Amino acid sequence: MSWFSKFITSSIGQKVVMSLTGLFLTLFLAVHLLGNLQLLQDDGGEAFNVYAYFMTHNPLIKTISYVLYASILLHAIQGILIWRSNKAARGTHRYAVNHVRSTERASRNMAWIGIVIFVFILLHLYQFWFQMHWGNLVYVEYDGYTHPVKDLYVLVADSYKNLGFVVFYVISMGVVGFHLWHGFWSLFQTIGLNHSKYTPLIKGIGGAYAVVVPLLFAVIPVVMYLKS
Amino acid sequence: MKLTLKIWRQGGKYNGEFVTYKLDNVNEHMSFLEMLDVLNEQLIEKREEPVAFEHDCREGICGSCSMVIDGRAHGPMQGTTTCQVHMRHYKEGDTIVIEPFRAKAFPVIRDLVVDRSAFDRIIQSGGYISVNTGQAQDANAIPIEKDQASRAFDAAACIGCGACVAACPNASAMLFTSAKVSHLALLPQGEVERKRRVLAMVAQMDAEGFGKCSNVTACEAECPKEISVSNIARLNREYLAATLAGELT
Repeated sequence: MSWFSKFITSSIGQKVVMSLTGLFLTLFLAVHLLGNLQLLQDDGGEAFNVYAYFMTHNPLIKTISYVLYASILLHAIQGILIWRSNKAARGTHRYAVNHVRSTERASRNMAWIGIVIFVFILLHLYQFWFQMHWGNLVYVEYDGYTHPVKDLYVLVADSYKNLGFVVFYVISMGVVGFHLWHGFWSLFQTIGLNHSKYTPLIKGIGGAYAVVVPLLFAVIPVVMYLKS
Repeated sequence: MKLTLKIWRQGGKYNGEFVTYKLDNVNEHMSFLEMLDVLNEQLIEKREEPVAFEHDCREGICGSCSMVIDGRAHGPMQGTTTCQVHMRHYKEGDTIVIEPFRAKAFPVIRDLVVDRSAFDRIIQSGGYISVNTGQAQDANAIPIEKDQASRAFDAAACIGCGACVAACPNASAMLFTSAKVSHLALLPQGEVERKRRVLAMVAQMDAEGFGKCSNVTACEAECPKEISVSNIARLNREYLAATLAGELT
C-alpha cells in the first residue's frame, strides 16, 4: 500500500478527511449567509438576483461549487463509514447504565444530526438550486445590465409565504447549529490544533459561530414570511 | 449499610447476564474492592462461584481494577480508580450496577475481567526507546526544561487501565495511545524513534479494532489519571508530521 492510501485509510486519516471537508463546509456557510442576507434588501430582489446570476456563471465560483458538492458527499459518506466502524468497535453488548454528560449531547450524536442535515440539504437543493439551474424561472431585466437574469427571488419569496417551509427552515438551522457546536472545535482538534492559549478562543468562536450563523439564516425566512 | 448489587456474570454457569446480590453490613470505611471481597467470601461460603474481578496494587497506580460502576468507568469519583472508591460515597439502600468494560477489542474473559492485551500490543509496536545496555547513564546527563518534563510526566501518568476505551462511545483507544506517544515525543530520549513510533502505534491501534476519535472527551472525564485530550491533538500532529513530512522508507 502506498503511504497515501495507508494514511487515508488510517483512523486519523479518515478523521482528517472529516475535519478538512468540515472546515470547507463551515466556511461555505458564512459565504452562503452573506449572499442570502441580500434577500432582506428592500429592492424587490434585484441585488439577490444579480448575485444569484453571478454565482451560477462565474467560472471560479463554478469550480468552487464542484469542490463544495464533492465535500458534502465526502463528508457524508466518510461520516457514515466512520459511524459504522465505531459502532462495530463498541462490540455487541452495551452498558446497562449510561452516563452521558450534558456537554456530550452534540458530540455523541453527530452522525444522526448529520443525516438529518443531509436530508435537509437534498430538499433545500431541490427547492432552490435545482430550480435555478433547470426549473422554469421567469427572467427579469435590470438597468445597467446587458442580459436578463432569472428571478430566483420570487421563488424564494413565494416559498416563504408558506408557514410550513418557514418552520422547516428554522428547525433545520437549529440542527445545523447543534452540528457546528461540536464540529467547529472538533475539526481543529483532529488536525492537531490544540493549544493552551488558543483552544479556549477556538471553542468560544465555535460556540458563537454555531449560534449566530444558523440564527441569521433562520431570520431570513421569518422576516420574509412576516413581510409577505 | 445494606446494598443491592447488580453484577454482570459471564462464564461458568452464567451465559452473560446480570445477577442481583443483597449485601448487609457494608462498612463505610471499606474500599469498593473490599466490599466485593466480602460478597465473594459470602458466595464461597454458600459454595457459589465468586465474582471474578481484576485487582493488584489497590493503591490506584496499577490500573487493574477495571469495571464500570453505574455507567462510569472506575466509579463515580473524579480522577479515581475503583480501588480508591470508598463505600462512604454510597448510602443505605443504594443499588449499584457493576459491568465489565465494553469494547470489541476488550473481550470479556469472565464476569468483570476483560482481556486488555490489545494495549500491550500497542506498546510493543512502538511505545519504547532503544538504548545501549551497559552502565546506567547519569540521570541528569540530558538537560530537559522543567515544564517540558512536567508535560511528559503528565502523559506518562497513564496507567493503561483502559477506562478511556470503556468511556468512549466509539471504544476508541486514542487517549491511551496519545498519552504513550506524547510521553516519549516530548523527551529527547524519544526523538530517535519518534516518527516510526507514532506510525506503528496508530497502525496497531487500528488493527486491534478500536474505534475512531470523535472528540467527545468522555475519556478525559473518566480517566483516573486525568490525562488531557490535548495529548490526542498531539498524537494527530505527530501522525500528520510523520506521514506527510516523513521520507519514504
